[in-house]
Amino acid sequence: MSDDRQDADREAAADREMVGARVDNDANVSHYLCIGCPLGCRLEVEEEQGEIVEIRGQSCKKGEVFARQEHTDPRRVVTTTVAVAGGLWPRLPVKTEGDVPKAAIIDVCRMLHGLRLEAPVTIGQVIAADVLGTGVDVVASRDLPRA
Amino acid sequence: MITPKPAHLQPRYDVVVVGGGPAGLAAAVGARESGAERVLVIDREPEAGGILQQCIHPGFGLHHFGEELTGPEYAQRAIEQTVEREVDVLSSAYVLDVASDRRLKVTSRDHGVAYLDAGAVVLAMGARERTRGAIRIPGERPAGVMTAGFAQKLVNLGGMLPGRRAVILGSGDIGLIMARRLVLEGVEVEGVYELMPHANGLNRNIVQCLHDYDIPLHLSTTVVRIDGRERVERVTVAPVDASYRPDMTKARDIPCDTLLVSIGLIPDNELAHRLGLRLDPVTTGPVVTSTMETTRDGVFACGNVVHIHDLVDYVSQESMLAGRGAGAYAIGTPTPPDNVRLTPGENVRYCVPPTITTDREHTVYMRVTKPMAPCTLHLGDVYKRPLRYVFPGEMVTLKVRPRFLEGFHGGSLPVSIVPREEGGSA
Repeated sequence: MSDDRQDADREAAADREMVGARVDNDANVSHYLCIGCPLGCRLEVEEEQGEIVEIRGQSCKKGEVFARQEHTDPRRVVTTTVAVAGGLWPRLPVKTEGDVPKAAIIDVCRMLHGLRLEAPVTIGQVIAADVLGTGVDVVASRDLPRA
Repeated sequence: MITPKPAHLQPRYDVVVVGGGPAGLAAAVGARESGAERVLVIDREPEAGGILQQCIHPGFGLHHFGEELTGPEYAQRAIEQTVEREVDVLSSAYVLDVASDRRLKVTSRDHGVAYLDAGAVVLAMGARERTRGAIRIPGERPAGVMTAGFAQKLVNLGGMLPGRRAVILGSGDIGLIMARRLVLEGVEVEGVYELMPHANGLNRNIVQCLHDYDIPLHLSTTVVRIDGRERVERVTVAPVDASYRPDMTKARDIPCDTLLVSIGLIPDNELAHRLGLRLDPVTTGPVVTSTMETTRDGVFACGNVVHIHDLVDYVSQESMLAGRGAGAYAIGTPTPPDNVRLTPGENVRYCVPPTITTDREHTVYMRVTKPMAPCTLHLGDVYKRPLRYVFPGEMVTLKVRPRFLEGFHGGSLPVSIVPREEGGSA
């Protein structure tokens, strides 16, 4: 077995342990996988009395910024589809125009799945304004002409 | 966005582009910019845009359009660029054959079978997904086994769910994206299984598609059997050893009704075969010059037909170049022949294009065989550049400027990527 292979296996073992951002035995340290580049640095955020005291594991500034954001206020752009009648396709792709709190993703999707639109739709058209009070609009990702 | 359909097909076009995905659309733009008057794109779907139309997630366009877009947004912009330049798009159409004199046999919903002559042809058919058959998973052949990209089309364009409880084989980005997509549509995803000891997709997708939804990723594990009479009833998974042999003593059954496979793409080169083009055994795509011309005069190729890209932005840029080459050929502008051959050396699987010229700047795309960090890229002994890291899943791009090659009078230049000691000189 080559060194590369062993390294890869060690990485794999680390990956297996890493199921999402979580808090380990030491209650003050949370773990994150950096998404800045393929290096995938394992980031640690140490907290004391609700304040971040140290961020470790990053090999560049991106990692630190990412760890701080993920730890304090994880946010995501949500994309899904909405039912539409009379269009070229029966679904319209939509996106949140900015990021929304990670915890709101499922509820945003549920709400959008209850909508029924009528073609035509224009790209950028607001499908749900201020979705679930997040302050973010959901907009169409494309023109959808009538079939 | 649907492009206006040509009411009448012309018997002759300056440039005919086969495929209306991001590669074909950019090639058409490039052809118009180089002076070709009549440019036709032929696409099999009812609208242009290709696979981007079903890739509803963000992450596209940062390099090419300078902002982050979803797939459909990227597609719409690419289509608008062709509309502005009066490119004709023939949709719901299929190219059956291209003869060596560049006469195309085309069948379409609107015009039936027709023959068209082209001053130059651009092949931009993209890639196909590898299927269950490509890795020969034993077992029965029930419904419910499909590629991740096909499931994506069902869900995002067709509004249909592939099943209720899914297992995903392969950790490529399409598989990871579909894991999240299915969860958001109410399908249970039991887990993602990957033969290799490392994930193949971007870390961003590992985090935002798997970790966010607590979907487990099982590395060094594969599907060894599929069971079910009409419909998938269960799959069997087992861990593999260092030679990828499954350990059947540790096999375990998973009840499910759907298996998605996300196990790689292969260039779609039926037409290249028919044309007798020379293919590269590593990329399996046509061998091209620095203007993306194949071994047949006036036949160009770009995008995933040539080599599998990881970013659509690079597809667009490479395809603009192919389109410009095709346009120049069609209107009779001569291009100087390539005089430098780039030969893959240490940790370089291939270079596209494999040949370049010394008189102008070239963007060379390459793929490595193994991860390295930090490392140095060497272009013969005329140029070197330090790199923080390289990974097989991330294409390396190198701009070769004429000044690198001053005093180099043609011939072969080995391209290699070698380890660099931390803190040492590159």
